[in-house]
Amino acid sequence: MRNLTPARLAAWLAVFVALLAAAVLVGVAAGPSGLAPGAVLEALRGESAASAAHDIVFGVRLPRVALGALVGAALASAGALFQALLRNPLADPFVLGVSGGAAVGGIAALSFGAALGLGYGAVPPAAFAGALLTTFALQAVAGVAGRVSPTHLLLTGVVFNAFASAAIVFLASLAGLQEGARIFVWLIGSLSSARPELIASVALFLVAGLACALPAARQLNLLALGEESAQQLGVDVTRLQRLLLLATSLMVGAAVSVAGLVGFVGLIIPHLLRLLLGPDHRLLLPTAALGGAAFLVLCDTAARTLFGGRELPVGAITALAGGPLFLLLLRRQQQRAFAP
Amino acid sequence: MSAGAAALAFEDVALRLGGRELLRGVSLALAPGEIVALVGRNGAGKTTLFRVASRILRPERGEVRIAGRALGSLSRRELARELAVVPQDVGIPFPFLAGEIVLMGRAPHQGGLGFESADDLARARAAMEAVGIADLASRDVTALSGGERQLVLVARALAQDPRVLLLDEPTAHLDLRHRTVVVEHVRRFVEDGRSALVVSHDLNLAARSCDRIALLAEGRLLACGKPAEVLDAASLRATFGIEADVLPGPDGAPLVVPRRATPG
Repeated sequence: MRNLTPARLAAWLAVFVALLAAAVLVGVAAGPSGLAPGAVLEALRGESAASAAHDIVFGVRLPRVALGALVGAALASAGALFQALLRNPLADPFVLGVSGGAAVGGIAALSFGAALGLGYGAVPPAAFAGALLTTFALQAVAGVAGRVSPTHLLLTGVVFNAFASAAIVFLASLAGLQEGARIFVWLIGSLSSARPELIASVALFLVAGLACALPAARQLNLLALGEESAQQLGVDVTRLQRLLLLATSLMVGAAVSVAGLVGFVGLIIPHLLRLLLGPDHRLLLPTAALGGAAFLVLCDTAARTLFGGRELPVGAITALAGGPLFLLLLRRQQQRAFAP
Repeated sequence: MSAGAAALAFEDVALRLGGRELLRGVSLALAPGEIVALVGRNGAGKTTLFRVASRILRPERGEVRIAGRALGSLSRRELARELAVVPQDVGIPFPFLAGEIVLMGRAPHQGGLGFESADDLARARAAMEAVGIADLASRDVTALSGGERQLVLVARALAQDPRVLLLDEPTAHLDLRHRTVVVEHVRRFVEDGRSALVVSHDLNLAARSCDRIALLAEGRLLACGKPAEVLDAASLRATFGIEADVLPGPDGAPLVVPRRATPG
């Protein structure tokens, strides 16, 4: 019988830590002035403090790679949590419109914060608030007596997203932030103008979110049996749901304030990991965080380097990969719903 | 029988939800070692009674006790060690293996870290063997048939090792052989002084396999007693709104043959 042992958990965590390390190395080495992996390692060890390689690694690439890793970890974990919470493998912070809500919060802080003397540091808390409000609204609109129909959920997400895009453009126009590039970054999701000074606060949000979610991993497994069955197995479901709302909002707020609306990471990574490792959340959640981090670092590296000097938004790459996967999953869910 | 000796006791339980009276003062006690069948029409309050017993719903009036202890004095985890529920077929959204689902029954017994012990694994395995699904352990539960999934849920509840087992139409999706296997196993389950309350629409199976039958209609308990004592034309008319012939069965249990629905 398959079950999770500490040894199995440790082995997979080691694999994913190695994967992330490799992705970081690639991300730091690749760019307009390519660095040999050896030079990167040397710079990371601080053996060539005065060299150009050192400046590139610490000044440019490492902050961006670190932000990419944080965003990927947050989005993939939030996706896995939403899927468990809503008992639906199609749930994803972007698809549900929660990322959109966070972006509205972030843009609002950016647009009006300056008048109040707030800097960019106000963006992550505002994005968190936006995500939290959207999640509440989502439950209120799509859920009836605790039951959430997948169709209603997805339709609600579509409307939330359309509304969020409109609100983002509207708020940004009001505040005179409408120079194309900056709004574009928020709407499609990119790390090209990510701010290194956010690393600490975003890491804090991510760690806080994971600290809420990881101890509840086994209860999330029980939730798959339905809310009533979970309660009958000793889970305080209301408390668990509140905890997860908090955790997901922290994570989505963190990711969106760095990179805008990067879509589908929360769909792709948990899906692939379930195929590889099974659905046990004790294994799925930590590997989703690590795997999501590695995935987004690699996607962003591709976005920076594929077209030479011209940079693609990383959100375009994740959407190109995630869109078709979403449709495939939707089709499968449909077939299952009508299976005899 | 005093209330203190009952494995599970509903004492004058009443509940209204959204203006509808779902339960209107139900009193019912399960003795240790007893299987009671709960029968009635759809909407009679059977599932509501289960929800009250597992503290999903709180009664407006009355009290539920497990082995003499009021439900409210138990934590959720304590309650889950005393009482397990086999629900009607639930959709499981993720591809857990059948063995993993059965192991979830051990959750109320596990410590903080949440890794399964050798004892947990042994009990889960024994539960699967008991209902004859040991060979399904490594199968994706979302790919099982409705009946197989039902057996997985029965095994999960057995692995929970409760004092009281509540089964909500456990045999609805099962073929005749599996139906018999589940019934036999519930009988073995109560042999050492535990109890089971079973919702069933199969009156003949209930009459044959349960010690007592409780007839529930519109949130009221109409009668509760030995099958031969409570199943007759009048009680079936009152409970189900049907005209039925009640024949003596070969082993003493009555045999119910419905004839037609009563008008209205």
